[in-house]
Amino acid sequence: MNGLQVVFLLAALVSLFSAVMVVSARRMMHAALWLVLTLMGVAVIFVTLQSSFFAVVQILVYVGAIAILIIFSVMLTRRVMEDHGDQILPGWRAAGLVALLLFGVIVGFMTLWLGFSAVLVELPADAENLLELGRSLVSPQGYVLPFELASVLLVAALIGAITIAVDRKEDQDR
Amino acid sequence: MIPLAWYLIFSAALFCIGLFGALARKNAVAILMGVELMLNAVNVNLITFWHYYAQVHNAPYVHGLAFTTMVFVVAAAEVAVGLALIISAYRRRQTPIVDELTLLKG
Repeated sequence: MNGLQVVFLLAALVSLFSAVMVVSARRMMHAALWLVLTLMGVAVIFVTLQSSFFAVVQILVYVGAIAILIIFSVMLTRRVMEDHGDQILPGWRAAGLVALLLFGVIVGFMTLWLGFSAVLVELPADAENLLELGRSLVSPQGYVLPFELASVLLVAALIGAITIAVDRKEDQDR
Repeated sequence: MIPLAWYLIFSAALFCIGLFGALARKNAVAILMGVELMLNAVNVNLITFWHYYAQVHNAPYVHGLAFTTMVFVVAAAEVAVGLALIISAYRRRQTPIVDELTLLKG
């Protein structure tokens, strides 16, 4: 077992453990902080896949923006959650069974695939070609249409989020 | 030097933990956290297969990276709108618990 494998196993174990804590923590604020640890572990996984760009994007977008948004909304909606008893629905056993079954089915089908036993080797240094990625995102032969749609989607989400969450006076007495 | 299977099993496990969180939690924000875990598992899978493809064909491969970028963008938009909806519902009903949000019940 070499160093890269040890790094991967450590990051994977930390991420999976903190993911379990995210879904089982009683206090929402603790769950949000465990979520930050999970996202950082996934960023380390991206580094072991030689995708340093997405490791940085993961830190910037998920840890920097999405986790902060989630922590803010935990704080804005916390009045009853601390002392409200169970954080989990009565039918959680069925949910756990569904999740376990799905895991078994996914892993079972993956073992049927011939490439399952492949080993990822180190790519050449120019494998993650960001120049090429940037060009293909704005070239008409590449992904300019999805790229523009993504910008429209982000603007729509921004305006929609403000419209939904704004505190209007006439809604107060409903 | 890492087996491909480790990544696939890791992302399947992360996805199933997120699915359990989305199905079993009471708090709407916790359900959104479960969805975030699932989206992250999908991204790990996409980057794994990007690496695998580049390795098998021995050439830089840009399409997998472009696809992953789109998933990141959609995840960011989804969480912004979802949290706005939760805060709006909380403001009207004073609860973030999905069981008690029964506005649409006939």
